[in-house]
Amino acid sequence: MQLNKLLSQRKADMVKRWFDEVVKTYPGETAQFLKRQKNQFANPVGSTTQNGLEALFDVLIQGGDSEAVNSFLDPIIRIRALQNFTPSQATSFILFLKNIVKESFRKEIADPQVMEEYLEFTSRVDDLCLTAFDIYAKCRETLYQIQSNEMRNRTFRAFERAGLVKDIPDEESPCLRPVKPPVSGDCNT
Amino acid sequence: MSDFPKPDQLLSNIDRTPPRTDWMDTPVNIRKGMYCYAANPKSVEYTHLPFPHQWNPTEEDWHLPENWKEILHEGFKVRLERFRSFKIFMDICVRCGACADKCHFFIGTGDPKNMPVLRAELLRSVYRNDFTLAGKLLGRVAGARPMTMDVLKELWYYFFQCTECRRCSVFCPYGIDTAEITMMARELFNLIGLNIDWIATPVANCYRTGNHLGIQPHAFKDMLDFFVDDIEEITGIRVEPNFNKKGADILFITPSGDVFADPGTYTCMGYLLLFHYLKEVYGLDVTWSTYASEGGNFGSFTSHEMMKRLNSKMYAEAKRLGVKWILGGECGHMWRVINQYMGTMNGPADFLEDPVSPITGTLFENARSTKMVHISEFTADLIKHGKLNLDPSRNDNLILTFHDSCNPSRGMGMLDEPRYVIQNVANHFYEMPPNTIREQTFCCGSGSGLNAGEDMELRMAGGLPRANAVKYVHEKHGVNMLATICAIDRAALPTLMDYWVPGVGVTGVTEMVANALILPGEGERTTNLRGEPLPGMEDE
Repeated sequence: MQLNKLLSQRKADMVKRWFDEVVKTYPGETAQFLKRQKNQFANPVGSTTQNGLEALFDVLIQGGDSEAVNSFLDPIIRIRALQNFTPSQATSFILFLKNIVKESFRKEIADPQVMEEYLEFTSRVDDLCLTAFDIYAKCRETLYQIQSNEMRNRTFRAFERAGLVKDIPDEESPCLRPVKPPVSGDCNT
Repeated sequence: MSDFPKPDQLLSNIDRTPPRTDWMDTPVNIRKGMYCYAANPKSVEYTHLPFPHQWNPTEEDWHLPENWKEILHEGFKVRLERFRSFKIFMDICVRCGACADKCHFFIGTGDPKNMPVLRAELLRSVYRNDFTLAGKLLGRVAGARPMTMDVLKELWYYFFQCTECRRCSVFCPYGIDTAEITMMARELFNLIGLNIDWIATPVANCYRTGNHLGIQPHAFKDMLDFFVDDIEEITGIRVEPNFNKKGADILFITPSGDVFADPGTYTCMGYLLLFHYLKEVYGLDVTWSTYASEGGNFGSFTSHEMMKRLNSKMYAEAKRLGVKWILGGECGHMWRVINQYMGTMNGPADFLEDPVSPITGTLFENARSTKMVHISEFTADLIKHGKLNLDPSRNDNLILTFHDSCNPSRGMGMLDEPRYVIQNVANHFYEMPPNTIREQTFCCGSGSGLNAGEDMELRMAGGLPRANAVKYVHEKHGVNMLATICAIDRAALPTLMDYWVPGVGVTGVTEMVANALILPGEGERTTNLRGEPLPGMEDE
């Protein structure tokens, strides 16, 4: 596993370049801020991205279960799902890493053995990107869900408190008892 | 097959880089999820605001009056002459950038036009063009640009991405109050009927019926009666609130959100229990009003005249009922209006007495002009003097942190009183990191009338810095409850937590006070005001 070794050795540089590329998906002034401000509370987008990419880089080299992948990827995607990005823009930053690695190890990849490893690596990156898209879709679903929940709670709870909603009582009167649906094979009895 | 795009054509649609143009050349893109719906013309008309009309922010034509540019120019001129602060704020910014990265909307959305300096620059550029010699002569070189339809749309879009929270002002070396720039911009929009409905309709309801939702007096009383029943079920005590009682000691006013929206309703039950206790033990006579049934002042997001009108009804009611002074509930902008503007707007309220707590004898000197005292300050004073019988262990299921609401913290400097109360009614409290609390608190992202449903992406992005700090204490200390003293927070933060930090609830401070308060003659309590089992009572 020559490539993994190379990647591990140059992890800091690789992650920095990956981070720089991701930051470029933001307008210039914002990109500067995301790189400059190191306080995680003053710059949650920058710090979440930085920490997430670092952890994901490790996962790509060392492997990791889906729970771990989710825990690193979710915070980044959760942010990008709200920002001014199309779905592809929100998730495609994962793919940037392929090019960064290719550019950095152009010579080494000329070796067929490393090339083979590089292809495996890119396939893992692709999987990560697909996972990112799953998370993106889930975040958007959550967004619509909380929007409708909020609307429901605002109106329904007010109706409920005002006594305009009548729950089904525990003890039902016989005339209101629901009709039992026939069980299949039971219709002739 | 000839129509089918080639792979490189397909991929060329995926643009990975944002525009690198100068801000003046970057056109506004009014994006769904980031703006609120246009005001219902009926609501605009009811409050006699100019030019009520149907329009849609995403449509090309906003159906403005023909002379809209003249109206805006004249409105701008009048405000520059009338408000010296506005003129100064337009002139003195040196674009040092100290505020640039302090805005929660900039931090969350990553949109540079949400840097407070640039947001203000959107308006300043028009100011320079219309009112300064350099701007008139040099135009764009001097940072000036004429008002056009595109400029107006840009102004509208971004000044409704500001919650007037004033965090940026804390960092401005010149003390520019950027919130007041937003207020002026919104006043200008109102001159041509460009308000949002989440503000305009609550304002009309408040003006006509007395509260944001337009709940009539009998329904307001009904709601409180439901709480009385719930309280009896939980504590075995039947509280008897006064309504519109002439000659009561104190008039109590709170945002109507506390009466109608969870979890504010539990805070409202908390007020009822606290007042019952004070009546039983000390004979304090507090009355609610079904007419001044709203503390919140959405007028302040509309125009200073509207703010004044809505504020005045609270004082008219205090006068009518002949109370000594006013006690105010856990609200946000009500306190901003009271503390920053009331004294010279409708005040001083000389017909009321200087507010003295009849129980402790404390004179609330800071409220001498407005005669209105904050419930947290009032409660902290009671606790300090040992006047409340409390059992904080009843809140042992809560691991708390406190979100400083922008208006009470930055707008009136109330930082320690709510913390003092919390630490006396609960045992587990952890602060969020220092650069996210007190004067530097991060906004909920939904203030100043932006707590609508249709702008959910804006709200979630704007609330990110706050949620990020909550997430930190949630993971570090197991915080499961976010306490706050603002009705907008109580409405907005549960949704924010659902997106960013599931597992953290939201509570008002007085709700916890009431849970801890031991009432004379109460039965054994097994649940809190939410009907959840008290610690140790899970099996009851």
